[in-house]
Amino acid sequence: MAGKKISAQFKEGILTNNPVFVQLLGMCSTLAITTTVTNALGMGLSVTAVLICSNILISALRKIIPNQIRIASYIVIISGFVTVVEMLMKAYTPELSKSLGLFIPLIVVNCIILARAEAFASKNAVLPSIIDGVAMGIGYTVALILLAFIRELFGSGTLLGYSVFGDSYQPVSMLVSPAGAFITLGFIIAAVQKILLRKKDRDFRKQHESGDGSDD
Amino acid sequence: MPDLLTVSPSPHIRNGITTRRINIDVIIAMLPALVWAVYVFGFRSLFVVLVSVASCVIFEALFELVVRRPVTVLDFSAVISGILLGFNLPATVPLWIPIAGGAFAMIVAKGVFGGLGKNIVNPVLAARVFLFSWTRVINTFSKPFSALPVFSFSLEEADIVASATPLSAMKNGGLPDFSLVDMFLGTKSGCIGEVSAILIAVGGIYLLIRKVISWHIPVTYLGTVMLLTFIFPPSGTDALQFMLYQVSSGGLILAAFFMATDYVTSPTTPTGKMIFGIGCGAITVFIRYFGGYPEGVSFSILIMNLLVGYIDKLTKPKRFGGVPKNAKQ
Repeated sequence: MAGKKISAQFKEGILTNNPVFVQLLGMCSTLAITTTVTNALGMGLSVTAVLICSNILISALRKIIPNQIRIASYIVIISGFVTVVEMLMKAYTPELSKSLGLFIPLIVVNCIILARAEAFASKNAVLPSIIDGVAMGIGYTVALILLAFIRELFGSGTLLGYSVFGDSYQPVSMLVSPAGAFITLGFIIAAVQKILLRKKDRDFRKQHESGDGSDD
Repeated sequence: MPDLLTVSPSPHIRNGITTRRINIDVIIAMLPALVWAVYVFGFRSLFVVLVSVASCVIFEALFELVVRRPVTVLDFSAVISGILLGFNLPATVPLWIPIAGGAFAMIVAKGVFGGLGKNIVNPVLAARVFLFSWTRVINTFSKPFSALPVFSFSLEEADIVASATPLSAMKNGGLPDFSLVDMFLGTKSGCIGEVSAILIAVGGIYLLIRKVISWHIPVTYLGTVMLLTFIFPPSGTDALQFMLYQVSSGGLILAAFFMATDYVTSPTTPTGKMIFGIGCGAITVFIRYFGGYPEGVSFSILIMNLLVGYIDKLTKPKRFGGVPKNAKQ
């Protein structure tokens, strides 16, 4: 793992192993808060901040935490950072904190953070763990913004709160409802899978062509 | 070569019934209601239905071309979806409503699941619920026999003599302004295809005689609604009268004959069909009584659509000879 390239880690976090579109983690907050791009950005940055901090601490303490109680220890560390983020948001961005509501404290149980702690930070040194936190955080934020972009643009006719299509546009209000979240996410996941499959297919062919020069 | 022995897997007996023939029967059965709609709401209603049919056919063909699947518009199932979608809209809608509805029905509710036979919910009802996005637009009903401009893309407010539907009147705790004769004949405000209870029932009976549908779903569906509304009328109204108003209003009869009976999204066994019909009826009444919307037919069928797989599993008949006579279950 130590020899893993930084660019590969980023590619994994944003596309090939995207926490939302490929790993399907943290669905609850993803579906609930992506009604506006502002919410998505706020949520994405909060999760990224918590993810980086918890990855650092868990990776640093990975040799001290006993194996049997590791999940409990991770949760304690994560909830500590979530509390910090929550208080900071209440103090400096009260409006955003109000519109995200319960979903900020719920970052504690966001699967992405626990999954990265268990799958990566607990097995790797501090520096790769930071990069992993950044990459996965960006992947999560990008996914949220993409979803929220489609839902806000067509579902309320606005972007970041500004009207886009003018007053005559009749918004597809179903898109901002939970059903719209599921349908939009389904289409995005299908598109991402298509891209990934095509890439895999191309790599496979390239390998075989260089091997025996088969007819394809 | 008569001397050759043909060995093939079953089925060996074919009766020549194709998807296409069944679908043509369904279209014939819907025509009386359509003719009546033209009489009540003018040619605007026919135009809305035609746009809706064109939208369904074009979007299905386009989607199948894009995903490189064989184009199946010639089996007429998209045409039926189009007519039913038009039937579910008031004649006053701007034309982008049937276009958007057709796209949603054919692409999101049917195409991405694999096309005809693989969709889990009725595409038309899914589209109708999708169109609730524009609640005000699709809930503006014109008074019967008020002349509507036929070809304009969207009607001006001044063109529409708005009228409350029987269901919204009952939702507000009362009986509709229309007489029961109006209700069953269809001289009342409402969606294009659901105004005349009698003519829709005639079409339904045609389908029953042609054996396109079986009696199980319509009878249990309508029976459940009748029973529940007869036992629990709101205080101060005559139970029989209330029951008749409930049965004849909204899309209930249209849905019971034409949408709940969709082969793809309803159970296969007779017992399963009856469970399905009772479920639809109960949920319809619950939504009409306690829900936020005046009409519960679309939601009830969509909810029961999702349960079809389980109902089929539960009511699977035992294979002949598969279980010994005295065996324990």
